[in-house]
Amino acid sequence: MKKLQFSKICKNFGSVVANDNISLSLGEGEILSVLGENGAGKTTLMNILFGHYISDKGFIEVEGQRLTPGSTRASLDAGIGMVHQHFTLADNLTVLENIILGTEPLTRLWSQKKQAYKKLKALSKRFGLLINPDAKVADLTVGEKQRVEIIKALYRDASILILDEPTAVLTPQETTQLFKVLKEMVNAGLSIMFISHKLHEILEISDRIVVLRDGKLVGEVVTKDASKESLAEMMVGHTVTRPAYEKLKIGKAVVEFNNVCLNASEGSTALSNINLKIHEKEIIGLAGVAGNGQAGLASILQGLACPSSGEFKLFGESLVKYDPCFLTESGVARIPEDRTNEGIIGEMELWENFLGEQLRSKAKSGFIIDKKQAVSNAEKLIQEYDIRCEGPFASTRLLSGGNIQKLILARSLSNNPRFIIANKPARGLDEGAISFVQQQIIDAKTQGAGVLLISEDLDEIFELSDRIAVIFEGKLQGPFDSNTVNINQVGLMMSGEVKAESLHEA
Amino acid sequence: MRLKTRRDAPVWLIALLPILSIGVAFIIGAFFIIWAGESPITAYIALIKGSLGSTFAITESLARATPLIFTGLAAAVAFRAKFWNIGAEGQLYCGAMAATLVGTGVIDLPAPIMIPMLFIAGALGGCLILLVPVVLKTHMKVDEVVTTLLLNFVILLFVNMLLEGPWKDPMAMGWPQAARIIDNGVLPTIVAKSRLHFGIIIALVMSVVMWAILRFTVWGYEIRAVGYNQQASTFFGISINKSVLMVALFSGGLAGMAGVSEVAGLKGYLTLTLSPGFGYTGIAVAMLAQLHPIGVIVSAIFLASIYVGADAMSRTVNIPNYIADILVAISLLSVLVGAMLARFRIVWGK
Repeated sequence: MKKLQFSKICKNFGSVVANDNISLSLGEGEILSVLGENGAGKTTLMNILFGHYISDKGFIEVEGQRLTPGSTRASLDAGIGMVHQHFTLADNLTVLENIILGTEPLTRLWSQKKQAYKKLKALSKRFGLLINPDAKVADLTVGEKQRVEIIKALYRDASILILDEPTAVLTPQETTQLFKVLKEMVNAGLSIMFISHKLHEILEISDRIVVLRDGKLVGEVVTKDASKESLAEMMVGHTVTRPAYEKLKIGKAVVEFNNVCLNASEGSTALSNINLKIHEKEIIGLAGVAGNGQAGLASILQGLACPSSGEFKLFGESLVKYDPCFLTESGVARIPEDRTNEGIIGEMELWENFLGEQLRSKAKSGFIIDKKQAVSNAEKLIQEYDIRCEGPFASTRLLSGGNIQKLILARSLSNNPRFIIANKPARGLDEGAISFVQQQIIDAKTQGAGVLLISEDLDEIFELSDRIAVIFEGKLQGPFDSNTVNINQVGLMMSGEVKAESLHEA
Repeated sequence: MRLKTRRDAPVWLIALLPILSIGVAFIIGAFFIIWAGESPITAYIALIKGSLGSTFAITESLARATPLIFTGLAAAVAFRAKFWNIGAEGQLYCGAMAATLVGTGVIDLPAPIMIPMLFIAGALGGCLILLVPVVLKTHMKVDEVVTTLLLNFVILLFVNMLLEGPWKDPMAMGWPQAARIIDNGVLPTIVAKSRLHFGIIIALVMSVVMWAILRFTVWGYEIRAVGYNQQASTFFGISINKSVLMVALFSGGLAGMAGVSEVAGLKGYLTLTLSPGFGYTGIAVAMLAQLHPIGVIVSAIFLASIYVGADAMSRTVNIPNYIADILVAISLLSVLVGAMLARFRIVWGK
């Protein structure tokens, strides 16, 4: 008998087909990978499994028993545990408190922490999930938080574990650690569904792979018969061509940081003595686990924060005016980290969002908005960057993530920038949009721009960068020529385990 | 039962919303009239006659609408930027005080100079008092709802003190009122033998000016941007503090002008009964107009007609004029519920 069986699941949202007749099964002690681009229907399928949505047709069985549709409680009771990509933990509570949260009946007056503590210890020992139950969640690293999420699911006696993009936030070393734990778990008889779009990880961890595309199940292979190329092709529907990287002869320095420091502020780590030089015609990749100072560095380069000490030279001159509009006019293209909340104003129309930082510089006598010109500019850019929308007067919130990113690229790159600060430009986009974004950045480099590419995706950093710098706890290491370091060394530097000096000696 | 977001609310629905809400208000109001023991039809006929039935009725309604247009604009422009100025009532009195200070004989200039000067003084008065909550908000993150609201009472008590003390007009036979605005400062009436004065022209002009600013200028873009999304506004290089300050200057200025218009147009002198809550009703005006400056004109005239009509109704039919407050309150609630229904669709079942 199969542990979990999806039978002919269909789900439509209006005219959009999210799941089209999907049938798949998960065996006992198996790791099944679900591969697919954003919008392929992975999340919808998981939401149906978890009772957030009800399928239009089809049903789900757990160990032969029909699962009540639309009930999260039923799914939990059936032994399904889910580890979300975005953690659902309360930062101000301890690990133990987070884990027992929601498991105790409301009528119980005293929580039975002692038993819980014992169970937790036993679980963490059994699967090698080391964690201190009394630690506050806020003090944990991202990898540890994920461990808490996994234990939380196991604590509720889950026998089927769903992991949604679990490695997106981990360093390579943490990923290896996670995979070890997952192997332990299937050996103990658990079944795991692993959702991802990172091909090499899927090939490493899973026993079987199913591929979704446009809501349909387009392929099912046993992992040992699969290759990266064949999977990518199945996922995208055609052969994928990632932009070709080419090293160019670098020009003058566009950005120069001399001992730049920044005090810690709400939500960003302090920077200490950053020295960095970015030249024309080069891409510098900045690797690092989120929250190690990238936000502060980006906000200085985007004109949103002023260094507390040190010098920031832009195009050879010391910057005195920290103002996004001024930077944009001087030739900086700014690609924000959070495209939907920071990069656009969803309630405004497309043509208004194309103005962005250039609102004042493009206005007649700096005051009256030149709507005619703005609209025709918007029309031109919509064409040029192939932004799928109903036209310049459409409400911007209706755009998909990829099209929002195209809008931001169009807005900033159409001014022939000399420096581009790109903060996680491809995060969360699908393959097609990723290669579009990366191609645009490479084209800008070819035309003479210097680029700082901040990313958590090491594959992306290695594919695009001429030099690679690593940031850890607000300190910068490197940049190193991308041919002289490998992904493992960068990973170790990201976790602060290796200092740059020892690397050079090696 | 749950709510689903509509992808795009149709324009006709948004336009129809206030009208539907008013309809709902009148239907629900009818039950209260029946409860009071009268026929709703006779009552509503009396109400409409009293507000629109004669030239006098119409001029009364428009005269009542004048301060509401100013305070409605004050609320609309502030709320667009999500700056919650609940203090238009106090700013109105500050405008009236400024007009009294300048317009009771300290200077005497020909009317074409005197009147604009009074409005400028009043606008400044409204702005200045609103600076207190603004600075508290931008520098110390104090919630402006609390500060603007509470300042109203402070200002009213201050006016009371002035009227009982230094500003008390000895010619007023003991009534607590300030000296009259000099003749050159008084706004001319525009319909003979009525109380409808030149203030309404200024109110209409201000509506158009505010509409144009919001729609065509960099300021308007920034005000709307800050209201929608502060994070993106910051990223675009719009200073949130500067925008809040600008909005506050507009809002306080417009509320101050309402005070000038009442002092120099309707009453002729400053008293504590200058405003029966025009500042608060302005919020209702703005919400009913869905924060649109031109819509403010329509909704101000509508609410003024209800108030004026209800007074007339209470004289002919035996119903207290509080029914006006009920009608206004229900219209507002229906607009709010309606605005939610325009954004979301109710789905029954799971």
